[in-house]
Amino acid sequence: MNTGWLIGTALIAVIAAPLIGGWLKGIDRRLTARMQGRWGPPLLQPFYDVIKLFGKNPMVAGRTQTVFAYAFLGLTVTAVVFFALRQDLLMLLFILFFGSLCLPLGALSVKSPYSQLGGHRELLRFLAYEPILLLAAVPIALKVDGFSITAILEHGEPLLPGLWLTFIALLIALAMVMRKSPFDVSSSEHAHQELVGGVVTEYSGPYLALIELGHWYEMVLVLSVLGLFWAAGSLWWLSIIIALLGWLVILLVDNISARLTWSSMLRFAWGAGIGLIALNIVLIHLGWM
Amino acid sequence: MGIMNRARIKSPWLLHFDCGSCNGCDIEILAALTPFYDVERFGIVNMGNPKHADVLLVTGPANHRNQRVLSNLYEQMPEPRRVIVVGTCGCTGGVFHNCPNVLGGIDRVIPVDVYIPGCAARPEAIIDGVVLALESIGAHGK
Ligand code: SF4
Repeated sequence: MNTGWLIGTALIAVIAAPLIGGWLKGIDRRLTARMQGRWGPPLLQPFYDVIKLFGKNPMVAGRTQTVFAYAFLGLTVTAVVFFALRQDLLMLLFILFFGSLCLPLGALSVKSPYSQLGGHRELLRFLAYEPILLLAAVPIALKVDGFSITAILEHGEPLLPGLWLTFIALLIALAMVMRKSPFDVSSSEHAHQELVGGVVTEYSGPYLALIELGHWYEMVLVLSVLGLFWAAGSLWWLSIIIALLGWLVILLVDNISARLTWSSMLRFAWGAGIGLIALNIVLIHLGWM
Repeated sequence: MGIMNRARIKSPWLLHFDCGSCNGCDIEILAALTPFYDVERFGIVNMGNPKHADVLLVTGPANHRNQRVLSNLYEQMPEPRRVIVVGTCGCTGGVFHNCPNVLGGIDRVIPVDVYIPGCAARPEAIIDGVVLALESIGAHGK
């Protein structure tokens, strides 16, 4: 692999990821509306929203806040580039964590009580899903001998049959990453609920747009990690379908469930998520999977 | 029409503030957000946050008590922004015009772009009013 090829791949990933993410978000809003008996916005609505936000006059509550918005986007994009270049899975997850941590830090840097409360809840959400994402790398590494994405792709057969327990745990984590019900304590996704946006209450205009873009990258990245479960072998295209199916399940659950309190969220995430992964590791060691 | 104007017209986020109306017009505004009228078709989303909003929907007359809150909300909205008054009492004072505590229409406190009369204003008229405000953003480009 020469440098030109590497730069090309990274560029394509950086340009394509938000396009895919925004489009998925549009489908998400349309499907959600249909499930609620409404027609729903146009598919390009998320792009209109973000472009409009970039055109608003910047208004900030504090300088620090803006730094964290840029850092969130920058680090998430870095994680996507890491994925595109098939680097180390652990390293990628840590960069992603560091990026997501910028949101609560930004929220806690201003005095607004909504923002403060949102920041605290965001940290709790963190506590719930980060261990799942991190531990999910372990059974994968046991299967393919190493943490690099190249190793997963060069592994002769798909991972899903042996790691479906881990896959389910990752789905739970993905619902938390996307802040979907029942795991939406930190955001109250629509800004007319009790936290009026939570971590993003104090962000407006272009900075809100940066954060939204970051979320698109984040979502595409986690879906790509789901896709890795079928990426090896000849039927690699099935991985896209599997990732999208997982995403549809999360949308469905989002629309039929109410919000959990943070303590039940933590209990569920650690009990079910970490439990499934631990079971998977034990079964691998016993040679049953 | 540039892509920015198009995006602005396609994505108006609302902030709804009740200045002490009789609640009739508020119910009509919320009716517009239900599945029956489903304003999200036009990208309209109801925000509870002035910092995210593009359009301020006000119902009820301005009075000595709420004028401070009203101008505070208005100032927290980043430009370009539009103010729409829903209901006769917000336009002129309406049935409350001669109350001792009432200043009159909302335009006594903040600049208003669109007046939607009616006691109460119908959801169709409210949607029309929002569209009119958006056209003015499109025409001025700011
Ligand atoms: S215009 Fe009439 S219906 Fe509407 S808030 Fe005023 S008094 Fe109530």
